[in-house]
Amino acid sequence: MAAPVKVVTLCIDGRDVSGREGETVLEVARQSGIEIPTLCHMDGLEPVGACRLCLVEVTGQARLQPACVTQVSEGMQVATVTDRLRTYRRMILEMLFSERNHVCSVCVSNGHCELQDLAQSEGLTHIGLRYRYPTLSVDASHERYVIDHNRCVLCTRCVRVCDEIEGAHTWDVMARGIDSQVITDLAEPWGHSDSCTSCGKCVHVCPTGAIVEKGKSVAEMAKRAKFLPYLSMMREEW
Amino acid sequence: MTQLEDLQRIASEETERRQGCRHRLCVCIAAGCVSSHSDQVQASLTNEVKRRGLEGQVEVRPVGCMGLCSAGPLVQEETSGVLYQHVRQEDAAEILDSLDAKPVERLRCDSGQPFFRRQQKIVLENSGVINPHRIEDYIAAGGYEALVQALTSMKPMEVVEEVIRSGLRGRGGGGYPTGLKWSTVAKAGGDKKYVVCNADEGDPGAFMDRAVLESDPHRVLEGMAIAGYATGADMGYVYIRAEYPLAIAHLRTAIRQAKKMDLLGNSICGTRFNFDVELRLGAGAFVCGEETALIASIEGGRGQPRPRPPYPAQSGLWGKSTLINNVETFANIAPIIRRGGDWFASIGTAKSKGTKVFALAGKIRNTGLIEVPMGVTLREIVFDIGGGIPGGHRFKAVQTGGPSGGCIPEQHLDMPVDYDSLREIGSIMGSGGMIVIDETSSMVDVAKYFMEFCMSESCGKCIPCRVGTHHMHGLLEKILEGHASAADVAQLEALCDMVMHTSLCGLGITAPNPVLSTLRHFRGEYEGLLQPAGGNGHASPSPAGGA
Repeated sequence: MAAPVKVVTLCIDGRDVSGREGETVLEVARQSGIEIPTLCHMDGLEPVGACRLCLVEVTGQARLQPACVTQVSEGMQVATVTDRLRTYRRMILEMLFSERNHVCSVCVSNGHCELQDLAQSEGLTHIGLRYRYPTLSVDASHERYVIDHNRCVLCTRCVRVCDEIEGAHTWDVMARGIDSQVITDLAEPWGHSDSCTSCGKCVHVCPTGAIVEKGKSVAEMAKRAKFLPYLSMMREEW
Repeated sequence: MTQLEDLQRIASEETERRQGCRHRLCVCIAAGCVSSHSDQVQASLTNEVKRRGLEGQVEVRPVGCMGLCSAGPLVQEETSGVLYQHVRQEDAAEILDSLDAKPVERLRCDSGQPFFRRQQKIVLENSGVINPHRIEDYIAAGGYEALVQALTSMKPMEVVEEVIRSGLRGRGGGGYPTGLKWSTVAKAGGDKKYVVCNADEGDPGAFMDRAVLESDPHRVLEGMAIAGYATGADMGYVYIRAEYPLAIAHLRTAIRQAKKMDLLGNSICGTRFNFDVELRLGAGAFVCGEETALIASIEGGRGQPRPRPPYPAQSGLWGKSTLINNVETFANIAPIIRRGGDWFASIGTAKSKGTKVFALAGKIRNTGLIEVPMGVTLREIVFDIGGGIPGGHRFKAVQTGGPSGGCIPEQHLDMPVDYDSLREIGSIMGSGGMIVIDETSSMVDVAKYFMEFCMSESCGKCIPCRVGTHHMHGLLEKILEGHASAADVAQLEALCDMVMHTSLCGLGITAPNPVLSTLRHFRGEYEGLLQPAGGNGHASPSPAGGA
């Protein structure tokens, strides 16, 4: 007989909901139809709590908590939409737009981009921060894919999917702070990578137009990341 | 097998050997004095003693930090207590001539000055006294007694209780109760546990941990071994920055000596307790002082923090329960066990017990290392012990807590120094760096300096710290260049608030503190640099990409 599952009840945005012990606030909220914005999170990959978009207010906790890694507990009171959270989320998005060169109108992922979707749902029409306009490279050395660092938001989904699911660990991050950049192998051109299996998982988990298939024109690059939860579920069952 | 009697035998042999020498010259060989060539002074004194055939009568002993780094190289004659400053190698003959005669007045440093008199030493009790290269010196000073005492006559929980009773709080900056941390790890399950010593001291102007490790490395090892016994760990790591070569060398020697005497390794003192210590060198990232980043770095990964909980006490190194304390925290353990938690708790203030080591730097006469009981005022530290501001300038502020701390202005100088009162006025105790700033410095410039530090040390994992520190730095630069308006200050404050409340780890959470505290106490300096309303130097913000 399977071990009994412990269920807890909690309150999210004034709604009483129930969740299994060990589940995160984000999981329980989504099951109950409450949307919390995320960017670095992806079902099927280890959560890292890095983008800070999913921060929520938990009564009794002095600090805001990332919903993607905070486990539910009995009697928890969670607020996912407050003026303060909205302000912070908007600032995070403004920061991302100011950090690199995101020009939606010429992007292959225009209309299929999570960053763009988030900006639209937050009603972001302009930003108050100064654009950095950094000079960044595009690596098209791989025969099927391209990485455009101008559009990367450093969510590290590509790093995680390559390591955790594909097992190749071709991707990683180099340097630190604002100079951080995802790299293939030891910062070699992607096309020269010995470890890359050309599986394309990184392309489809990338939330923006940073990692894309070659031969796509403006607005043609739609991502298909739905494979991931099934893949990780299958592996767990084996 | 080492027992209490063995330690006592070593101690008495050592004392006997020392008393055979009529004169004992202690030469500081810690980093501060070495940088002004104290190694040459030591060599020339040793040669001079040999040349005169005085071996056995005059001992030239290398010792750790004596504190007054600005007067280095320092040499002290132990029996008479005469202290010499700015000693050069040419002075060796004159110093030896003076041993049975009058001291060399030209080189004398007043050892009765408030700098020395006003201190109370626990962590630094052996610094500047014992030879850090010799375990016998440490044992003669009562070293390893606490470890043997804990292993042979105390239960692990009794050791934890003693630390709880002492009221010791983490000296790395956070001030978390050490006893509570120990008991959490002690109660955590699992077959394997680790003790980690955080020696990744990285605050600008802070050198407390370096001095402790260079001057008295065994004290830290003893504290770690006691922690291992109390919590049930059998493996310890010292995570030390590679920029501290001397401290690393001293620690390596100390570990080798301790293992040889069965004070580290398997079956310590003939008991069933095993405890090994290894070093791990940091690669120069400030963020690796944050405990989860430090763990990632020891594991061989990229030095990046991860969200807590789980805390390291629950899931730390390789997923095992891990105790992480700072160098100075471990350095307090042996005296607490030897003299009792109540003794320790009798020193300091109601909520901050014991002493604190501070590194005095900046515009202050007596640059160096001090140890004072918690609760002394900043005025005493800066003006009595520190000797005040040189060059006839006026005091403006003292910066505590490094890039996570804040600037304290003159009106708060009479406040007692403890964890809570520093926090109240917008700074923190931090690890103990104190940078004194005089009227010639701009506080906006100070804020920019620390923001630049945080910006270049941000690991880049979370967006608020990675991009927020960049924009805050840009705004501070704009203010300093005279192009900013009141709207820019408002934006700076909004960014401070956001970065502080949304960042993933302590680096980002505290990065706005230097800006916030200078805005709080020196707002006039910011306003004096602003353009009048309407005279904004920059065009209105341009629209975001197709959003």
